[in-house]
Amino acid sequence: MIVRIATEGQYELGEGERASLNELDNEAVSACRAGDEPRFRRTFKDLIEFVRHGQPVGDDDLRPSDVILPPPDVSLDEAKAEFSGEGLIPG
Amino acid sequence: MPGLSGRMSTVIKAKISKLLDRAEDPSETLEYSYQKQIELLQNVKKGIADVVTSKKRLQLQEQKLRDQVVKLDTQARQALAAGNEELARTALERKNVAQTELQSLDTQVAQLEQQQEQMTASEQKLRTKIEQFRSKKEVIKAQYSAAEAQVRISEAATGVGEEMADVGLAMQRALDKTENMKARADAVQELEAAGTFEDLTALGPGEDDIDRQLRQLSSTSEVDAELAKIKAELGTGTTPAGQLGAGTPGPEQAQQQSEGQAS
Repeated sequence: MIVRIATEGQYELGEGERASLNELDNEAVSACRAGDEPRFRRTFKDLIEFVRHGQPVGDDDLRPSDVILPPPDVSLDEAKAEFSGEGLIPG
Repeated sequence: MPGLSGRMSTVIKAKISKLLDRAEDPSETLEYSYQKQIELLQNVKKGIADVVTSKKRLQLQEQKLRDQVVKLDTQARQALAAGNEELARTALERKNVAQTELQSLDTQVAQLEQQQEQMTASEQKLRTKIEQFRSKKEVIKAQYSAAEAQVRISEAATGVGEEMADVGLAMQRALDKTENMKARADAVQELEAAGTFEDLTALGPGEDDIDRQLRQLSSTSEVDAELAKIKAELGTGTTPAGQLGAGTPGPEQAQQQSEGQAS
């Protein structure tokens, strides 16, 4: 699966990593919902680091991303505004 | 469960499919997408130029703040030399605010510089993708049936569109940041402009709102330390010649103390 970190680039992760990614995503979401800034910073950083371990997608690759994460420097308020959509695995 | 990552994808994909829906047959879609990409690449270039302009404006503001710091320092010394300690304190408090602001501007301009470099790299990446799209579109036109072509075009165009949306987002963030910085720097300058040296003389000690705000903003101990330091420096200059020798140990101590606090 291809994950984009907004303003940074795309990374390719194995399908087997989807569950871990979703778990990290849910942790960041719950911290954000709780308005817990330090916990959000920590969990969101873990999420970004996890994606960065993937294989960077080449510049000439036109495949769209399966998932787009907010920019690494996203603020808690901006992140809160992202919450109305579907999650990594909808439903 | 609704998540962090969902909304951004949804918004970007909605924008791209809106673009694609405008053309009816695959080959038209291909040409339309490509034209649109070229057009948007120009916007990206323009956006980067905007960021550079904003950065230059901020650097000018930085210079003004630097001048202000020097001016307020001179005013504080003049006030103290004239024996008006309250006035000197007010000038130093303002200097303190300007200095704090200057430091944060410095950091932010450096960050902006970094963002500008990233955007230039993104523009290059986008250019590569558009070039790739151009060659792919010729292959698709030549080799696939209309139905198949539609699927492939849509995927390729989404890939390029996503990259484009991302560069756009990076640009928007950089511009928003410069606007915020500019607004802050303007506010500080207004505060300072409202209290030029002449106006300060007319003020009673801490009589207006600005002064109270400034007092809250600036750290009193820093101002005290600086006041002591200037006093020490002025001490030798203002003391009558005959008392020079007797005055030296005190001011030196005060200066050492203030340097200790400042570091």
